[in-house]
Parts: sequence; structure tokens; C-alpha cells
Amino acid sequence: MLYDIFIDPFVQMYQMPDFFLQVLWEGFVAGILYALIALGFVLIFKASGVFNFAQGIMVVFAGLTLVGLYENGVPAFVALALTIVVMGILAYGIERVVMRPLVNQPDIILLMATIGLTYFLIGFGEFIFGGEPKRMIAEELWLPTGSTAIEMGERGLIILQHIDIAAAVIAIIMVTALGIFFNKTRIGRALRAVADDHQAALSVGISLNQIWAIVWFAAGLVALATGIMWGARSDVSFALEIVAFKALPVLILGGFTSIPGAIIGGLIIGFGEKIGELYWGGLVGGGIESWLAYIIALIFLLFRPQGLFGEKIIERV
Amino acid sequence: MNAIVTNNDMTATAPVTEREVLLKVDNVSLSFGGVKAITDISLDIQKGEIRAIIGPNGAGKTSMLNVINGFYHPQEGTITWRGEVRRKMKPYEAATQGIARTFQNVALFKGMTTLDNIMSGRSLKMNKNFFWQMLWRGPAEQEEIEHRRKVEDIIDFLEIQAIRKTPVGRLPYGLQKRVELGRALAMEPELLLLDEPMAGMNLEEKEDMSRFILDVNQEFGTTIALIEHDMGVVMDLSDRVVVLDYGKKIADGPPEEVQASQAVIDAYLGVSH
Repeated sequence: MLYDIFIDPFVQMYQMPDFFLQVLWEGFVAGILYALIALGFVLIFKASGVFNFAQGIMVVFAGLTLVGLYENGVPAFVALALTIVVMGILAYGIERVVMRPLVNQPDIILLMATIGLTYFLIGFGEFIFGGEPKRMIAEELWLPTGSTAIEMGERGLIILQHIDIAAAVIAIIMVTALGIFFNKTRIGRALRAVADDHQAALSVGISLNQIWAIVWFAAGLVALATGIMWGARSDVSFALEIVAFKALPVLILGGFTSIPGAIIGGLIIGFGEKIGELYWGGLVGGGIESWLAYIIALIFLLFRPQGLFGEKIIERV
Repeated sequence: MNAIVTNNDMTATAPVTEREVLLKVDNVSLSFGGVKAITDISLDIQKGEIRAIIGPNGAGKTSMLNVINGFYHPQEGTITWRGEVRRKMKPYEAATQGIARTFQNVALFKGMTTLDNIMSGRSLKMNKNFFWQMLWRGPAEQEEIEHRRKVEDIIDFLEIQAIRKTPVGRLPYGLQKRVELGRALAMEPELLLLDEPMAGMNLEEKEDMSRFILDVNQEFGTTIALIEHDMGVVMDLSDRVVVLDYGKKIADGPPEEVQASQAVIDAYLGVSH
């Protein structure tokens, strides 16, 4: 038993490096995709101190809008542009109807509001697009398909799906751009200010309405990117909403307020899941992938509740 | 900029009656449900003066500040700002029009550094067009540098160079108050509202703060309205004092006059109502 836990997996890793690298790659891609979702949560959390329950459904909604427009005869790239506009309108609408009346309310009320928003978007989405899964228009958006096999001498080969490579590249670009935007510009500073203290932000002349609309729009864009990438790997359906909650352990690991944290957290969860499943999963009959992330997050909570990169919790008495 | 003005020089200020009225509050009443916070108060703030609002706890001082600042909207009465009657306005609109404030319980952006906190005070002075910031960093970057210079001046003025990069959540209370003042100053306000700027400070810190307030008033010509409990400070600093009690105005005038008023003495010593 102990041999199976502590020695055998590492022996396997050594003996079959191609398989191990393949697992690492899968973990990396899953991690990047988790990071993308987590990023959407981080944006809203940074600006309003609220866990945006609706982020998952926004992913689905963005994906469905894109595919729905395309199915109705709109050319792929026009559909993409229109979807961005729709996400903008959605952001403005959310700010106007949901957030604005709730300025200065406790966080828990804002959280409840986002739960309400989730159910609204589910109903609204099903009403417009129907409940069936749809195929993502990956090729039409010039996303690469197919795969490349890299040979590893005599030891075998690793297969890289092109869509995974594209996902990684797009995720890295988005994360970098958002990181710079929110850390180096006036809007970014205003955003952090709003997150810290609504009243103080208002008193220095920061318009909460403007900032929230911007942030929700940014989260909408992230949701769209996530929807395309996840959709291309499976289908666009309401089930994606559940996948989005994989971002929760990622956030616990990375810290709710940190963009780099979202990435690192995503990668840790991605690697952890795949490696855990393939090397240790067999010991308990497999299927640990779906809950291992939460166990990692739980253990992490015990030791570093603010996450790897979260703001230090300073309690003054 | 760092000239030291001692508190005793107060007699040198211009006669108060000559000044233009910057803000006028007429017959304002404010209530929350059945609780009357402010009842029919009128007062004015003249350009260039230091105006104190005092009164026992719960007298409606902070409510008054919140009304001026746009956080509360009074049910009755009007507010005239620079000769124009103000409609219902939001706090950030008040900020746009040149009203800055600090808070009773220090409302800083705790996760951010001193520098970033004060920079945030310049939000309104910076380019409105945020698309530039997203697309191309050139103009936005230059703007940042220019404003940074102004902020450094404020940091020098308040003598907080040493804590520029410290997240304000870690600073002691007295310094936090100073940073908050810095943030308000960064807005280059016409009217500065200070809600208990010296609460919880020791004597030395109070002296520093008094000096800063006087310097701001005299060097930058900023009009200041402040709430303060320390009577010594109030009497030294202010040109005119208004006294509130149970949401009503009970006295208004120069410090000596107010100090001598029987109504004020009663309010502070507690006479049955």
C-alpha cells in the first residue's frame, strides 16, 4: 500500500516520461482555462468585493450569443463583434439595474444580487437560445484544429491539440493585458479604490457607476474568451456553468484579489488534478479529478486563508 | 511650502465680514425615518475662512457634512454653492465641483500605498478619456508623471516621505489621518471638509495637524469647514464657529462670542431639555 502511494507513481513517471509530459501538458491547458475563468471572478471581486456568482452563466451566455448569432446567418467575425457589444450592453444593464441601487450595501446583499442575476440569465438564455448544447464555431473563428505529435526519441510521443495551444496563448495575452491595465493606469487605481471603500472613492470623485460598468464589461470579455475556449473543447451548453465553479478552489489558492494569483492557482489546480487522477486516482477507484481541487483548496485554507497572493489580512484591535 | 506657522498668529487673518459666501445652507432639515438628524439649520461658509462646526455627540455635525458633500439629501431646504442652488447631487459630483472631504473613521484605501492613495485624489484632474489608457500608453503615461509630481509636493508638505510606499492599512492612526488629508488636498479643492481631523491623536500630532490645516488655509487659500471636539484647537484655528445641539443650531459667530454664549455652555454641561 505505502509502496503504491509513495514510490510506484514516481517510478512510473521516470519510466514513461512521454506519458508524464503528456499529463503535464494536459494539466497546463486545464490550468490555463481555469485561470481564465478565475480571472473573471477576480475582476469583479477586486472592484466590488463581491463573489460574482453569475460569472459561470456569463460564460455560457457569451458562448450561446456568439453561436446563436452565427446560426442565424451572421458571419462569424461579425457575430464575435456583436457578442462583444452584447456583453457591453449586459454590463451596462447590470450596473444600472442591479448594482447601482445597492451602493454601500453589505457584500452579502451584492452576492445575493449576483445569484439572482444568475437565475435570470439562465432563464433568459434558455428562452432565447433554447436548452440544447450547441457546437462552438471554432474553425469559423480561425482557431486551429488538429494536433501535432512531438517525438521524444525512442521513448514515444506527446500529442498537442492545436486548440489547446491557442487557448494557452490567448489566455496568456488576456491575462497580461488585464494585469497591466489594472495595475498601471488611473482606471486600475480607481478600481482598487472602489474595492477598498465605496464612500471614500465617491468623495475623491470616482464615479462608481462608470467603474462598475467597465469592470463588468471586462468580466464579460473574459467570459466570452472562456466560453469560446471551453466551448471549442466540449460544447456550449448550460453545463459549462458548473465547470466555472472549478474557479473557486483556484481563487482560494491564488487569492481573490490577485490576477497573478488566478494564473498560478489555476496552474496548480490543473497540474494537481491531472497528475493526481492518473497516478494516484487508481488507488481509490479513479474519478478523483472532480473533487481533488476542492481538497487542495481546503488544505490550503488551513494554512494561508488569504491565498498565495491575496492581500494580507491585518486585523487591528 | 514648508513654512512653519505657529497657532498664535491667528489674529493676523483678514476680517471675516468682507468675504464672499462660498456655500450657503438654508433651512435644511434631514431625517431618517422618524429620527430627525437636522432641523431647520441655516449657515454659510465664506471663501477663505476656517469654519468650525461643533456640538455634543449626536448633534448632527457629521450629517451636516454629509449633506454638503452630497452623501445625504435633505428633505427640506436648499444648498447654494457658489451662487447656484444645487440640485440633488451625488458625492462624486460634489467632488467635481471642488468639494473634498475626510472622514471621521478614516476612509482610506487600505490595501494601497500612501502614494497610490494620494494619487487617487487626482482622479478627476486626470484625462477623462480612458480609452487612451487601454489602447496606447503614451499620453496616459505622461499625464501620470505630471500628476505624480504634484502628489510628491503634497507628500513633502505633509512630511510623510518615509511612508510613501507603505500600504496605509499598516500605518498608525495619526499618520492615516494625515494621508487622508493628503488625498483630499490632491483634489485641489475649493472647499475642504474635515470630519474630526484630530480625533484620537496625541498632543504632538494635534499640533502638527493644526499647523497643516492653517498652512493649507493660508498658503493655498483653501476654505475649510471642520468638525472637532477639541475646544482648544477649535478656538485657535477657526474664524467662525457654528454650534449644533440635537440637530438644531444654537449659536453661530466668532469663537470668543460662541464660547461666552449661555446656550452653548448649557449644551455642553447638560441642562435638562
